Amino acid sequence: MSDISPEVRAAHWAKTKRLTIIVLIIWFIFSFGVHWFADSLNNYSFIGFPLGFYMAAQGSLIVFVLLIWYLAWAQQKIDDESGVAEEDA
Amino acid sequence: MSEESKSSVFIQNLPKIYGIYTGGFIAFILLMAIFEQFGMGADTIGILFIAFTVFIYAGIGWLSRTVQIDAYYVAGRQVPAVFNGMATAADWMSGASFVAMAGGIYFGGHGYLAFVVGWTGGYVLVASLMAPYLRKFGCYTVPDYIGTRYGGNLARLCAVVVLVVASFTYVTAQINATGTIASRALQIPFEVGVWFGLLGILLCSMLGGMRAVTWTQVAQYIVLIIAYLLPVFWMSNKQGFGLIPQFAYGDAVARVIELEALHNLGTAPTESFAGLKALTVPHAEAGTGMAAWKFVTLVFCMMTGTASLPHILMRYFTTPSVKAARQSVAWSLLFIFLLYFTAPALATFTKLQVLDPSLATGIIGKAFADVQSLDWIQKWSNVGMLAISDSNGDGILQINEFFMRGDIVVLATPEIAGLPAVISGLVAAGGMAAAMSTADGLLLAIANALSHDLYYKIIDPSADTRKRLIVARVLLLFIGAAGAAVASLQLTGILGAVAWAFDFAASGLFFPLVLGVWWKRANMQGAVAGMVAGFVSGSAYLYYVYNGGEPWIGIDHLRFAIIGMPVSLIAMVVVTLMTPEPDEEIQRMVDEMRIPKGESVLSASH
Repeated sequence: MSDISPEVRAAHWAKTKRLTIIVLIIWFIFSFGVHWFADSLNNYSFIGFPLGFYMAAQGSLIVFVLLIWYLAWAQQKIDDESGVAEEDA
Repeated sequence: MSEESKSSVFIQNLPKIYGIYTGGFIAFILLMAIFEQFGMGADTIGILFIAFTVFIYAGIGWLSRTVQIDAYYVAGRQVPAVFNGMATAADWMSGASFVAMAGGIYFGGHGYLAFVVGWTGGYVLVASLMAPYLRKFGCYTVPDYIGTRYGGNLARLCAVVVLVVASFTYVTAQINATGTIASRALQIPFEVGVWFGLLGILLCSMLGGMRAVTWTQVAQYIVLIIAYLLPVFWMSNKQGFGLIPQFAYGDAVARVIELEALHNLGTAPTESFAGLKALTVPHAEAGTGMAAWKFVTLVFCMMTGTASLPHILMRYFTTPSVKAARQSVAWSLLFIFLLYFTAPALATFTKLQVLDPSLATGIIGKAFADVQSLDWIQKWSNVGMLAISDSNGDGILQINEFFMRGDIVVLATPEIAGLPAVISGLVAAGGMAAAMSTADGLLLAIANALSHDLYYKIIDPSADTRKRLIVARVLLLFIGAAGAAVASLQLTGILGAVAWAFDFAASGLFFPLVLGVWWKRANMQGAVAGMVAGFVSGSAYLYYVYNGGEPWIGIDHLRFAIIGMPVSLIAMVVVTLMTPEPDEEIQRMVDEMRIPKGESVLSASH
């Protein structure tokens, strides 16, 4: 079993939880929030699309892709800073 | 050279190997195009496309054969993030995504886009809640994780049952799709096509398990993405929407909305044809109240289902590290995104082609007799996938007099737009790749859960490696055959069964999986209660609405996880709190799972 102290583990997990919650809030907004108001958003136009349609066909998808890349990057940073990242194999 | 160093040389050479493969496939497309110029028939081209690609996949399956247990179950845990991303994308995008999605958007408009949002956003849950932690755990299968994390064979068995039901529902739809495509391309009866499809699927997975499936799925992704994008780029260029039409079809959407008004969209058709539909739903209109509710509930079910489907989760067990697992989810979604943001564009272009009377391809509002004499109308009418009828007898084809099946949008668009036959062959090969790759992942998920968790962990823990692998392969054969037998009965349409699989998985597995990582207090009793209560209540509700019961606040058979999931959560939390907390060893396991450093919780071969 590894030699990481309980304090380091707790601090690392607290940061991980914070990041996860932020990611899930953004996820929630673009999964449900914007689509709930799709009808109103359709009154606006974005690069030629009705906005509500655009968000479902493309906008949310782009946000999801960027969000996962951000998560991978930010979590790696947390792991490195806490000294719990994997040794390079 | 030893087995070990041979495989590391292979990993280093992956970009080169798949680069050559992609080049070879493009050369094959060009060769077919040349043959077409010399007068080869469309049918022959279709047969060559299917035969050539399936032959290549089978070859990869043969070369990846293995007798090692961790190669068979988790591809030796050495699949680089990018390639695992491609394999996951192929694993993920099924015959339904490839063939039915654009058609669904064509007919369903905005409401159908809930699938597009749900099937992409689910990966945020996979990346944030599950994949890296399960990778650290070091399990072979999803029930392996449930069984070890919660302890006890009962939890393991419950997970196996949910997994088998969810995946089997899904796999019959995929075998059905391979049968449909094979029967059309090779001109054999559907019942024979199903078994032909199964043969191809098994050739990819039997000998090499996860290792073979991984490398064939990468190859299948390359075929399916080329087959999906090429026709769209081609069509868009022809219509002057530029090289990257996905960002430029806003004007096409606006034009479709104008045309819908012009053609009086929404007038109910006065005739009906079995399995065919006329266009009645506006393309971009979203609706409020119930429509918005239905949209977000469907999104929710598809997302949580994504994060609970074992054939997807187990792909992330194959990466070399936790970091690679995380990156691999990101790559997966990027590769999936390429197809999913193209599907609405394709649906829009096809609709525009059909509706716009100022285009040569437009048919609505044109003289009925002229439309009737078009080649593609005749061809698809003959096979019962399309029908036109001058219901009001005015000699003009109205929007509610044109009926077709959703699948046609992808399959027939090349012909509607007047593209060469080589494109139709390519699209058939792409659909075949999509259905085969998903079927392979699902069959392997089922067979591995039964061989590793049911047979080895529960029935005969003393079985040696050789015996375990034989059992795994025999099971694969039987489950595949059972799937094909059910598929040949043609019980449901492709998409209905697919959505059910997501709801089953979400109802039974989502909370036990998530809380296993995120709630240290969660114990075996709670997990079992969660799986059983969620799965049983969800299934009971499905049974109720499917047999004509009145759906409760719009929760129909596509969304039954909305019932199953809360039941699962409540049962799991309540029962956990009523029973003792898990022992120290399990709590330490959870601590270890949460940090990337150190050995995996389960040893490398267990």
